[in-house]
Amino acid sequence: MATPRPRIRLDRNEIAAGETIEVKTLVSHIMESGQRRDGDGNVIPRKIINTFKCEFEGQTVFSCDIEPAVSANPYFQFMVKPPRSGTLTFTWIDDDGTEITATEDVVVN
Amino acid sequence: MTMKLELTRRQALLAGVGAVAVASGLGAGARPAVAATEDANALIMEFTGGAEPAMGRVTLDVPEIAENGNTVPMDVFVESPMTDEDHVTDVLIVADGNPRAGVATFHFSPMSGVAQANTRIRLAGTQNVIAVAKMSDGSVFMDRKEVKVTIGGCGG
Repeated sequence: MATPRPRIRLDRNEIAAGETIEVKTLVSHIMESGQRRDGDGNVIPRKIINTFKCEFEGQTVFSCDIEPAVSANPYFQFMVKPPRSGTLTFTWIDDDGTEITATEDVVVN
Repeated sequence: MTMKLELTRRQALLAGVGAVAVASGLGAGARPAVAATEDANALIMEFTGGAEPAMGRVTLDVPEIAENGNTVPMDVFVESPMTDEDHVTDVLIVADGNPRAGVATFHFSPMSGVAQANTRIRLAGTQNVIAVAKMSDGSVFMDRKEVKVTIGGCGG
């Protein structure tokens, strides 16, 4: 499978001090629950994104521990209030240890 | 879980429910719902450290009726000033009728600005979705909503 390509949308990249940014993220992933069986009755092994986190300059802003009950192509929307201009780093961690990362720059005036 | 089933069956038999067919029928019928709720309660108790969460401050927004249990939109918001001294630290989401009750745990920080998150979840059938929020002072709050699911999301 090709490395999933994350999609990130901030409602704006430039804010005044003290304002919040709405972040929407989506990554393509099968999120195989480990509950399903194939045609021969064997359990299909679990393969999910188990952790998502958003950091601002190395400090965790928002993170999420994920169970198989999160839908395929996991979508997260949350808020960020950056104290100054900097970079937001987004990380998705797969059960097999693969990490998907992406970054977005924000400007605080 | 297996032990629980045996116990239920034995009790049913001891209680004098004659036919084995009836007893196992009862056991099989009662088991999933009971086990799931216990699982959900155990998760909540572990999360809160044994404290009983109070209703309020948490707003869980889920549809009343979900046509497709594979992807049900879920939004959670917790009233909080989100300052260094007073903020929401964690929010646990559980679904009490899923094969495994845990759905997700959100971790917030003062840099979140607003304790709100939205995702899409899988629901195996009609059941309660519960959100439990933990504050920086250790207090816990919750909200519970029932979602009626037309097509379950367990790929069966």
